[in-house]
Amino acid sequence: MESEALVQGMKFIGAGLATIGMVGAAIGIGNIFSGLVSGIARNPSVEKQLFKNAFIGAALAEALGLFAFVISMLLLFK
Amino acid sequence: MADKIHNPLEQFQIKEIIPIEFLGYNISFTNSSLFMCLAVFVVFLLLGLSVKNPTKIPSRIQAFGEVLYGFLIDMIDSTAGPEAKKFAPVIFSLFIFILACNFLGLVPYSFTVTSHIVVTFAMAIFVFLSVTLIGFIRHGFHFFSLFLPQGVPLLIAPFIIPIELFAYLVRPVSLSVRLAANMTAGHVAMKVIAGFIIMFPMVSIFPFALLTLLVGFEIFVAVLQAYIFTILSCVYLSDAMNLH
Repeated sequence: MESEALVQGMKFIGAGLATIGMVGAAIGIGNIFSGLVSGIARNPSVEKQLFKNAFIGAALAEALGLFAFVISMLLLFK
Repeated sequence: MADKIHNPLEQFQIKEIIPIEFLGYNISFTNSSLFMCLAVFVVFLLLGLSVKNPTKIPSRIQAFGEVLYGFLIDMIDSTAGPEAKKFAPVIFSLFIFILACNFLGLVPYSFTVTSHIVVTFAMAIFVFLSVTLIGFIRHGFHFFSLFLPQGVPLLIAPFIIPIELFAYLVRPVSLSVRLAANMTAGHVAMKVIAGFIIMFPMVSIFPFALLTLLVGFEIFVAVLQAYIFTILSCVYLSDAMNLH
């Protein structure tokens, strides 16, 4: 009985700690878009191509942040 | 308080509509199957209407089909080269199926097919296995040169090869989890904020405004994730066909 509450409490702590992983995703996406803004500033004529590549890169970086979110959800609701 | 909040993960529950049991296997028609059939039906309707009675100057629905086709053919051409155009039907089907399933999930009270890893993993493993098979058929055992890029000094080759191998094997996993996690996260966020509207009736305008913005963002994410899945499939195809 007591250990069940302990396990549940630890799960919540783990869920909170797992969301720290999203910091990496945020930094990665910030890097990508800072590169994009610099690129557009240097060469505005290739804006469309740069924008397309920036979105692909952002989706790839976002995926890893979402992996951390998935772990946190698993801990909370299982 | 726990019994007043609806579990936001309840929307991903699979419910059987027509229970079918065959030799001990449960192959019932579930709500997931229903929404897959609905997605295919919607796609057939839209694309069927767009190719019916084609004219030289396209009508609006025909222009829609043409824009979609042109967009995908350009994508395949620019990433995998003109040889890969024969794989256009597969890539097109992947894109339009994922897009339709993602969009259908945004309708209230519906079910998002692509939020289940089993569905996205089936698609991702299909892409991975067929791309590997294409690589082997085209290049034979030379396919393994994918794991040792040109110009790498032989000294660090024993380190590079396992790393490249793992990065190659993790592709179906990352492809599937990316799509499933994006869909799940978006829908969970929508349910949680919708719960706030009910929980705080006095200030419910703020969660309502946030929910509106979130639905708009989810529409964008639906299109983007379908596009990312497809373009990564094209990139993997180009890797296998051209060996970097």
